Amino acid sequence: MIRILKYVALDILKNKIVIAYTIMLALFSWSAFGLEDNESKGILTVLNIVLLTVPLVSILFSTIYIYNSNEFVELLVSNPVKRSMVWKALFTGLSISMVAAYWIGVGIPLLIYANFATAIMMLLAGSLLSVIFVSVAFLCSTLTRDKAKGIGISIMLWLYFALLFDGLVLFLFFQFADYPIEKVVVLLSALSPVDLSRILILLRLDVSAMMGYTGAVFQQYFGSSWGLLVSFGLLCLWVFVPFYISLRKFKRKDL
Amino acid sequence: MISIKNISKNFGKLKAIDNLNLELNKGECIALIGPNGCGKTTLIKSILGMVLPESGEILFDGKSIKNDNDYRNYIGYMPQIGRYPENMTIGQIVNMIQGIRNTQEALDKTLYEQYAIEKMLDKKMRTLSGGTTQKVSAVLAFMFQSKVLILDEPTAGLDPISSEILKEKIIDAKNKGKLILITSHLLSELEDLVTQVIFMQEGKLILHENVNDLKQKTGEQTIAKSIIQLLKQGKA
Amino acid sequence: MNITKNKAFVIVLPLLLCCLFYSSVHATVIKVGNDKTYKTIKEALQQANPGDTIIISKGIYKEGNIVINKPICIIGEDYPVLDAEFKTEVLSVKSSNVVIKYLQIQNSGRSAMVDEAAIKVYDENNIIIEGNKLINNFFGVHLQYASHCIVKNNFIKASQKEEYESANGIHCWKSDSLQIIGNTIYGHRDGIYFEFVKNSVIWRNISQNNLRYGLHFMFSNKNAYITNYFSNNGAGVAVMFSKEVVMMNNTFEENWGDAAYGVLFKELSDCYLSGNKFLRNTTGVFFEGANRVTVENNTFIGNGWGLRLQASCMDNKIERNNFIGNTFDAATNGFLTLNYFNENYWDKYEGYDLNKDGVGDIPFRPLSLFSVIVEKNPPAMLLYRSFMITLLDKSEKILPSLTPENFIDNNPRMKPYTL
Repeated sequence: MIRILKYVALDILKNKIVIAYTIMLALFSWSAFGLEDNESKGILTVLNIVLLTVPLVSILFSTIYIYNSNEFVELLVSNPVKRSMVWKALFTGLSISMVAAYWIGVGIPLLIYANFATAIMMLLAGSLLSVIFVSVAFLCSTLTRDKAKGIGISIMLWLYFALLFDGLVLFLFFQFADYPIEKVVVLLSALSPVDLSRILILLRLDVSAMMGYTGAVFQQYFGSSWGLLVSFGLLCLWVFVPFYISLRKFKRKDL
Repeated sequence: MISIKNISKNFGKLKAIDNLNLELNKGECIALIGPNGCGKTTLIKSILGMVLPESGEILFDGKSIKNDNDYRNYIGYMPQIGRYPENMTIGQIVNMIQGIRNTQEALDKTLYEQYAIEKMLDKKMRTLSGGTTQKVSAVLAFMFQSKVLILDEPTAGLDPISSEILKEKIIDAKNKGKLILITSHLLSELEDLVTQVIFMQEGKLILHENVNDLKQKTGEQTIAKSIIQLLKQGKA
Repeated sequence: MNITKNKAFVIVLPLLLCCLFYSSVHATVIKVGNDKTYKTIKEALQQANPGDTIIISKGIYKEGNIVINKPICIIGEDYPVLDAEFKTEVLSVKSSNVVIKYLQIQNSGRSAMVDEAAIKVYDENNIIIEGNKLINNFFGVHLQYASHCIVKNNFIKASQKEEYESANGIHCWKSDSLQIIGNTIYGHRDGIYFEFVKNSVIWRNISQNNLRYGLHFMFSNKNAYITNYFSNNGAGVAVMFSKEVVMMNNTFEENWGDAAYGVLFKELSDCYLSGNKFLRNTTGVFFEGANRVTVENNTFIGNGWGLRLQASCMDNKIERNNFIGNTFDAATNGFLTLNYFNENYWDKYEGYDLNKDGVGDIPFRPLSLFSVIVEKNPPAMLLYRSFMITLLDKSEKILPSLTPENFIDNNPRMKPYTL
């Protein structure tokens, strides 16, 4: 597996899109910290990149890459290699390159400009988000053989997590404004990795006190070190589950 | 060497393979022919474990290939269209496959030398022409002294000289007692290579015969003509 | 207006007191201590004539409640300790013209029935309480019906954990013309508490880590508080039901919490805020039922909300302030805004200044759509910084429809003021 992984990773890392992605991330975050006059504003700008661009590029690039490497997968599978190995190598390769792009693009300015603990938190959350959306891309690409359809599904999923889910939450807030739904909403937000990581980072950014009772509930559930573990566990689940489903499907797939 | 027992495979409504039985033995060079969509490629992929049949089983040296990967150590496969990771060089691909195979035996580098791959090791896969890509596929298929060779349209896209080199290599392999399975649309290409013919239609086995027997039976000089003769007779 | 009045106090009151002491210059000095004429403070007090000075040497005096019922000057040497062992009030001042200096008073009783304090003044005038250390008492200094008193440079500290078992650092009730200067107060319920107090000045105090408010101000008109420092108090500072209060150059810092404010203004009118700094509070200033308040030359940095103006506020002027790095610069729960914003610097302003006069050419709306949503539905704060909210805010900026029409600064500054 290591050998396959090495070549897959090398192939992806040399891909022009990944290089462009890294440069774009770097440009965004350097300028965010350089142009904004205070650190917290810079961090919030970077937060937007983390929550929007990282999932989008991760899911789109991975989906396209998986479809494009169909023949490569065939070549490997025709050799004495376990199917699951090929799939895992591909997943690991894509994850490594997405995370590497994120660390180089966002991580370096973050570590230089931001408070260390916050930087580590954002690095962790961003890396996990990258891997989560790679994992979701694997799921998308096993759902259909049609590349266009697969890309369509992945864009829809991104849109759902980045935009529609929040709309849904807001709708719930207004619809049930008279009921104590804070706990439900906190639970609900765990269903979207983007929201979960956003709130985890926000709790570090001192705005938690502004979140009133909901924030307090959230702080209580996810702010403690135990809760932090739980929420990172949840994020890891978001990595594991879609990939595991896709792996099971891939094992039974006709190439 | 390879026994195919009652395998069936559907793609939706289409029956790609319909209750197929086959016995493939070593030392044979078998032409797998049939009209487009008759299930040739599906059969090859089934043998390679890339397509999983719904029923029946495939035995390689008496062992079921289900949930087994190691038997593929003994198979060299040349796909119809070889597509490789774009940014890898030929050298890297060759290295990678060597690494996966991880064989102790000496490598067969005749094709490697004859196609002058050495000079192109640093070329990226995406810059290669279709023909050159085929050459790389051929080199990889023959490199590991495999007992079984499965070649899907091997000469498509190759220039005549390269094509000739490949044919000689196939004959050489046949003489070494290997099992060779070739699909091709151009029957004339296979004429002087094959010892057996398998003819498939709509996923069913129509014919599996020795070439000499076939010619005798039909009284024709070439395989192509024999097949057409048979089809006309309605036997097939 | 009333600043000048208060300044007059600061000057006149010491003069008055000087005269007082001059008249009693022939008074005797009585010493208290282990090896002195009097072993206990109570004995000395009994023997002393009005106008005498009692000097207490270093030592621990556990005499329970001590009543001061004649005009006298009590001065400690090397901070003698008066310990009430949590049983009684320590010093009860029941005479005017008393001076208490350099004592360490600790462990007063805790009865909420009689409001036991380290030093309590009952209906008297011209008291000076200076340079004392008041440690671990229920109330620190308690003034009722007092006037012309000075509480200066005291160090007041308590360490109770719960609000109900703790009382205020400096508690002033129904008093007049007080000077609260340079005190440092930690860990009480309210640092400084004013109720029905007028014509007084609170100057250069530090009030930190108190359980409830750093400063709590009710029904107290015509007071000034200047250059004080309030930080990390449970609920910040509350100024309520008062008129004509002046606040200048104070700093309100790090009052974080669900119900914490830099300053809470409730039912307040005709007040003046200038040169104050609001740093990293959940809410910089919270206005509820506040009218005719002028807020100018203040700095709001890094607060959750810079200003929150409830719909019940009107005719407030917010001019020439700096708003930098606040999550929301302003919020309101109403649709109609009757307050006036002008010439502030907003770091969120994205306009331009073609004629280079330092004033942005297009108006700034400090109210974001999201702040309106959050005001109506506080849990929605959970969506802060999400992409959808950003989109909503941007579209609202371009086509204002939900935010109040006249919540607007027509002359936003391009550069921050140096304050």
